[in-house]
Amino acid sequence: MCLAVPGAVLETWTKDGTMMARVDFGGVEKEVCCEFVPDIQVGEYTIVHVGFALQRLDERSAKETLANFERLGELEMEFGDAWARAAKEAGVPRPDMEIPE
Amino acid sequence: MSELINIGPTNLSAGAGLDFEGWTCPLPLRDSPNILMGHGGGGQMSAELIDHLFIPALGGRAGAESDSAVVELGGVRLAFSTDTFVVRPLFFPGGSIGHLAINGTVNDLAMSGAVPSYLSAGFVLEEGTELSVVGRIAQDMGDAARAAGVSVVTGDTKVVDAGHGDQVYVNTAGVGVVPEGVDIRPDRAAIDDVIIVSGPIGVHGIAIMSVREGLEFGTQMKTDSAALHPLVAEMIKVCPDLHVLRDPTRGGLGTSLNEIARTAGVGVRLVERSIPVPPDVANACAMLGLDPLYVANEGKLVAFVPREHADEVLAAMRAHPLGGGAAIIGECVSEHPGIVVTTTTFGGTRVVDMPLGEQLPRIC
Amino acid sequence: MKYIDEFNDPDLAKRLLDDIHATVTQPWALMEVCGGQTHSIIRHGIDQLIPEQIEMIHGPGCPVCVTPLELIDKALEIASRPDVIFCSFGDMLRVPGSGRDLFRVKSQGGDVRVVYSPLDALKLARENPDKEVVFFGIGFETTAPPNAMTVYQAKRLGVGNFSMLVSHVRVPPAIEAIMTSPTCRVQGFLAAGHVCSVMGTEEYPPLAAKFEVPIVVTGFEPLDILEGIRRTVGQLERSEHTVENAYGRVVLPEGNAAARALLEDVFQVTDRGWRGIGVIPDSGWRLADKYREFDAEYRFEVSDIDTEESTVCRSGEVLQGLIKPHECAAFGKECTPRNPLGATMVSSEGACAAYYLYRRLTLPDPVIRPAEAKEAAGV
Repeated sequence: MCLAVPGAVLETWTKDGTMMARVDFGGVEKEVCCEFVPDIQVGEYTIVHVGFALQRLDERSAKETLANFERLGELEMEFGDAWARAAKEAGVPRPDMEIPE
Repeated sequence: MSELINIGPTNLSAGAGLDFEGWTCPLPLRDSPNILMGHGGGGQMSAELIDHLFIPALGGRAGAESDSAVVELGGVRLAFSTDTFVVRPLFFPGGSIGHLAINGTVNDLAMSGAVPSYLSAGFVLEEGTELSVVGRIAQDMGDAARAAGVSVVTGDTKVVDAGHGDQVYVNTAGVGVVPEGVDIRPDRAAIDDVIIVSGPIGVHGIAIMSVREGLEFGTQMKTDSAALHPLVAEMIKVCPDLHVLRDPTRGGLGTSLNEIARTAGVGVRLVERSIPVPPDVANACAMLGLDPLYVANEGKLVAFVPREHADEVLAAMRAHPLGGGAAIIGECVSEHPGIVVTTTTFGGTRVVDMPLGEQLPRIC
Repeated sequence: MKYIDEFNDPDLAKRLLDDIHATVTQPWALMEVCGGQTHSIIRHGIDQLIPEQIEMIHGPGCPVCVTPLELIDKALEIASRPDVIFCSFGDMLRVPGSGRDLFRVKSQGGDVRVVYSPLDALKLARENPDKEVVFFGIGFETTAPPNAMTVYQAKRLGVGNFSMLVSHVRVPPAIEAIMTSPTCRVQGFLAAGHVCSVMGTEEYPPLAAKFEVPIVVTGFEPLDILEGIRRTVGQLERSEHTVENAYGRVVLPEGNAAARALLEDVFQVTDRGWRGIGVIPDSGWRLADKYREFDAEYRFEVSDIDTEESTVCRSGEVLQGLIKPHECAAFGKECTPRNPLGATMVSSEGACAAYYLYRRLTLPDPVIRPAEAKEAAGV
């Protein structure tokens, strides 16, 4: 039920009273209906499921998520396992789960 | 294409008419009394149709399928192959059914190591088809034959009533001489063989899908249809003892590897991230929910090479225009005979099974 | 593809995996709700990479698997009619009804067509005014807005020869049903990311509170799945049970307002039978009365359906995570992807098909489940 892929909007127009967009998936282009994201702009990203744009993709949020994943490894490398072990023994959440300063 | 090999002379006159009552089959086709689309998909259902319906009737060895048959005639080893082309649409980015019809059979012969020489061409035309359509297909066939250095020396044309065909169906058959000392067939795949693919996969299938009604998407992909025997010749030069060659057409690389693994009784272990997939193919597959491993190719081959010659063969392939993107993708192992497994990018593993029929776009 | 490739990075995957390994101290049973998530887990071998203590129970989030047998049979009946062009997503073509599937119907002369989008079916209806065009409208909340829009357009454009056979299902009632089952073993949920991109996350806090289970809204790429597992296990280790959104790039708490508004207009909530599970109240959508003319169940009088489920098939128990596929006597014998007895063997992310495909190599003997081990240890 969930195969939806992100693409960049190249163009929007109206056909038969329905809002449409041409979306680029890394070189593959498809015409999709964007009635559910009517304010989508050219250059923005959206996820597409069965020929419909379902939601805008928040690029800033995506980058933040990836940055959080990177930070996981960094803490390990910087402090090693002892840190994680100590945190666990003390029963506190792992430091990397708090948003850093 | 799956073919009968080394079946010897068959005695078709010995009461083997199409008597449905008399049809007994070692393992009946369990699920359907009718032909289903899956039977043409190149996957498990096609294999079963051949193994349990055609081979018992015609004779020959079930399971020992390769692209072409190698027979001996007058002291000469000939590769002999046939293929029928029903592709829709007839014309697609980069080519047409005409190119496929020539290159397809040429490649089947090349997969036995033969030098393709002579082809036949049979046409089933639907009443009402435009002459310009047939003409263009014929022109494409001529062009492809000249490019491949083969001649179409005989042919046949039939016309069926409107509504009883689908514009144009083409069958080609071909022969070529297999050089001395060359013995290339699927059951020669051996443990420790290195598996090499000649270039990026999935190109033809995606090019076709992009113009298929209902899917239509924009892409730069054009079919990779090409005659591969010049590439094969270079490979044989550095390694006359190539074990297996296969052009993974319908059903894709995944199907071909499964067929070879089963025939030879070896396990195949792939390394997922080493399998070359062009970005357009990967993205189109992601959009439609398809696996590139099962998407058709028309100008690629996969080779099972004795380990000690793998580097030379790879170098020879890369030096040739048709093999520029060649890559080692895996090896034959003694574990899990008959099954194809791949490591995933993350170090997990999964089985690459034989698809049942044609791969369909999915929503889940 | 941008925003896919980055979430497939093996280095980052390793960091997430290391963190999960470092966090887990005891066995946990998690359920990923969505079939697409199951597919991703199997495809990337994720369940082989996470700690052994974490058991992934594959949830019933596969609309292919749970579409009621009766509706499949209705679809087959309608598709067999000579004046009908029956359109469906590819996923449904091989799902067995009582004795046959859509492929078989096609072989017997039915005009069955695979479409990528429901709009393609509407287009076919406009291009073939002399035929009845029926679309098989299955799916969870993710697919409901596209299907709703298609019916809405059909009405607006007056496409009289188009109708939809609707079988939509909703996730929250399914979670409720699973958690209230006395044999439930699930301790945490990976909620379906794309369902939530439409519906938002508001339906989940009451469930998390009522059943005291963590619910983490999770995406589909390997890093998304690992993050979902990481956060769920983290909560379990800390005895927390809240709703977290780990798929922030497409999920907002309120979801997609425009989509939800259309769903209100075109669909209405109904009881729905889930194949292998039974009727779950208010767990489905059907076309609202004002769109009745486009409802294929009304347009085509399909009665005298004698549903016949395989007596051997234990799909329902698999869907609820009560048994593992290989614990079913028919698994790999009478029931294979080639000859599926039930929908969980047909769908590419049905648990049985997934097990058949990759577990064939190392079929485990039935193992003591982590939760049982926990119980046995008196924890």
